Amino acid sequence: MKYLDEFRDIQAARSLIQRIRQAATRPWVLMDVCGGQTHSLVRSGIEQELIGSVELIHGPGCPVCVTSTQLIDFAVALSLRPQTIVASFGDMIRVPGAGGSLMQARSRGGDLQMVYSPVDAIEFAKTHPDHEVVFFAVGFETTAPATALAVIQAVELNLSNFTIVPAHVRVLPAMEAIMAMPDNRVEGFLAAGHVCSITGFDVYEPFVSKHQVPVVVTGFEPMDLLEGILRSLTLLETSQAVVENCYGRGVQRNGNVSAQSLIDRVYEIDDRDWRGFGTISGGGYRLRSPFVRFDACEKFADVFPREQATETTCRGADVMSGRIKPKQCPAFGTTCTPESPLGAPMVSSEGACAAYHRFDPVSIETP
Amino acid sequence: MNQSTVPNMICPMPVAPTDTITLSHGEGGRVMRRLIRDRIGAKFGDGNVQLHSDAACLGNLVGEVAMTTDSYVVSPLFFPGGDIGSLAVHGTVNDLAMAGARPLFLTLALILEEGLSVETLDSIIDSIASAARQCDVKIVAGDTKVVPKGAADQIFINTTGIGVHQHTRRMSACQIQPNDCLIVSGPLARHGLAVLAARESIALSPPPRSDSAPLHRVATELLQTLGDDLRTMRDATRGGVAAVLHEWAEESEHAMWVDESTLPLLPESRGVCELLGLDPLFVANEGTFVVAVAPDRVDDALTVLRSHAAVGEPSVIGQARRRKLSPVLVARGLGADQPLDEPIAAMLPRIC
Repeated sequence: MKYLDEFRDIQAARSLIQRIRQAATRPWVLMDVCGGQTHSLVRSGIEQELIGSVELIHGPGCPVCVTSTQLIDFAVALSLRPQTIVASFGDMIRVPGAGGSLMQARSRGGDLQMVYSPVDAIEFAKTHPDHEVVFFAVGFETTAPATALAVIQAVELNLSNFTIVPAHVRVLPAMEAIMAMPDNRVEGFLAAGHVCSITGFDVYEPFVSKHQVPVVVTGFEPMDLLEGILRSLTLLETSQAVVENCYGRGVQRNGNVSAQSLIDRVYEIDDRDWRGFGTISGGGYRLRSPFVRFDACEKFADVFPREQATETTCRGADVMSGRIKPKQCPAFGTTCTPESPLGAPMVSSEGACAAYHRFDPVSIETP
Repeated sequence: MNQSTVPNMICPMPVAPTDTITLSHGEGGRVMRRLIRDRIGAKFGDGNVQLHSDAACLGNLVGEVAMTTDSYVVSPLFFPGGDIGSLAVHGTVNDLAMAGARPLFLTLALILEEGLSVETLDSIIDSIASAARQCDVKIVAGDTKVVPKGAADQIFINTTGIGVHQHTRRMSACQIQPNDCLIVSGPLARHGLAVLAARESIALSPPPRSDSAPLHRVATELLQTLGDDLRTMRDATRGGVAAVLHEWAEESEHAMWVDESTLPLLPESRGVCELLGLDPLFVANEGTFVVAVAPDRVDDALTVLRSHAAVGEPSVIGQARRRKLSPVLVARGLGADQPLDEPIAAMLPRIC
């Protein structure tokens, strides 16, 4: 497949691994910010190949994982509300809140519709005028523009039966939160290519200056990641704290200006509760006042849960901040599995614990 | 009102023709009888549905009898490469074929939702009749129920299949030995992706087409050619190849090892899987099956599979190994063996 196979070439990957080993004079600690990167690193076996040269720790970058239980419980309550349809992306519907997941709610009579785009939810609202249609707006800067577009369409169509649960989160404040942790070990970041395709990579300049850590924008295929890792190591070995882009085919310096203006028009930056992390300053978006009538939290305040459930046994925040590896959590693979996750990184296939659970290499006896 | 005041009103009332199924089509009267006689039974020809008997007479069967049953609830009813009618025949015929039995008879139970268009029903019955002819099976008994609107999704079909074993050998994963080779008969994931794309209106060019097809002929030839060297075979339906491998690993107590780079995939299937973050090992197939064969008979198995054009291009995807830790393993990326999860439920598209 053009534009794909060349980024999974095993021989080329082995050559890059060799160069990375030669470049590292000591093991460096890099954080891959995005769950898609984690998934690819573990799935392709890169992490194992680089032991001794690079320690990869996996950041909080799965928007499904970090969505608060309170918002999930809210969406569940809405789905069970009469004449109300909750529209959601596929991987959100199995994530448990305190009172179960949206999928479990559907089995109890909840009205749930899986969609591939927020604009699909607008179509539902148009074709179901006797129902309230609520879109569960989850995702990083990547999906926020599409939600903003849906809200603008709702205005233009004068829809009175469409709202969103605003759950979009922002990556950079989470990176700030990790750097502010007293036992932080991160020496460099692999920034998420798809987020940077919207935001651009200029936005990391102040972060890099402040913390003196290199940030390298990478894609998601094995070759993308290996090139990003090699570039990060080169910067670390030469004490350069700069932003570099190793994902030229997807990311421009200034990002997607049209998408940014959509976000700015509809949202303003807000503090946001991240599952496993607590409140992150500037960690999400809320609707600007002209659009607040599309905020389901306002419109259906009567069913909004009053309390946030707390997780006591999960060490997900330690995993997502690099303090421990998933398998060091005592619940990993025992009381916490993808079927029955206790915490954020196990809930979605993009989560670090789920990736380890699924792809962790094992040895077997060959014939 | 006294009955004598309306002397001309006699029972039964005249029945107006309708273009949709109504509850009266399931209430046992003339409307139901006409539906079954004219729109269902008539499509299957002589020797098929025995309309006037409470129980079908199958005659004397030669060989050990095999029976299977399955229900079909697919949405949408029609998708590229098939429909619920042909699926209901192929699926049950294949369950018999994979067990090593020759399919002979099917029963056909229909649950119709009030409001289903008669035109749609006709198309589905035509498809069932055509598929049954293609598979050389007779539809010998049936049942029709109509449920109120909202109690079903247009039409549900149950088919029970009866066949006879042609050999003394029985298919069982217990017969799998370390070193046995695992072969898939053709490209993976076609049915699941065709249904997904049709259901979610994902416009793709070309659209994925279902692999729904009968497997009884190729199964018979494999059995005849390979004998005991054909350890077992299974159509990789719900849960895909991953589900089959997990079942085999559990039954045989060996590990099933697969090399990801050998998995056959059509470009359009691979595109959809990449786009939505789906693993083709978990996606449903209908006419694609997995075969475990003795290592020195792989070429013979491939020759048989290739001689059946409808099956597709077969591929050796891995082998059985002595188990140490994980029941199913996949060599991915840089070559590391990684455990393959048992499917938990249907895969869901990711958001990023």
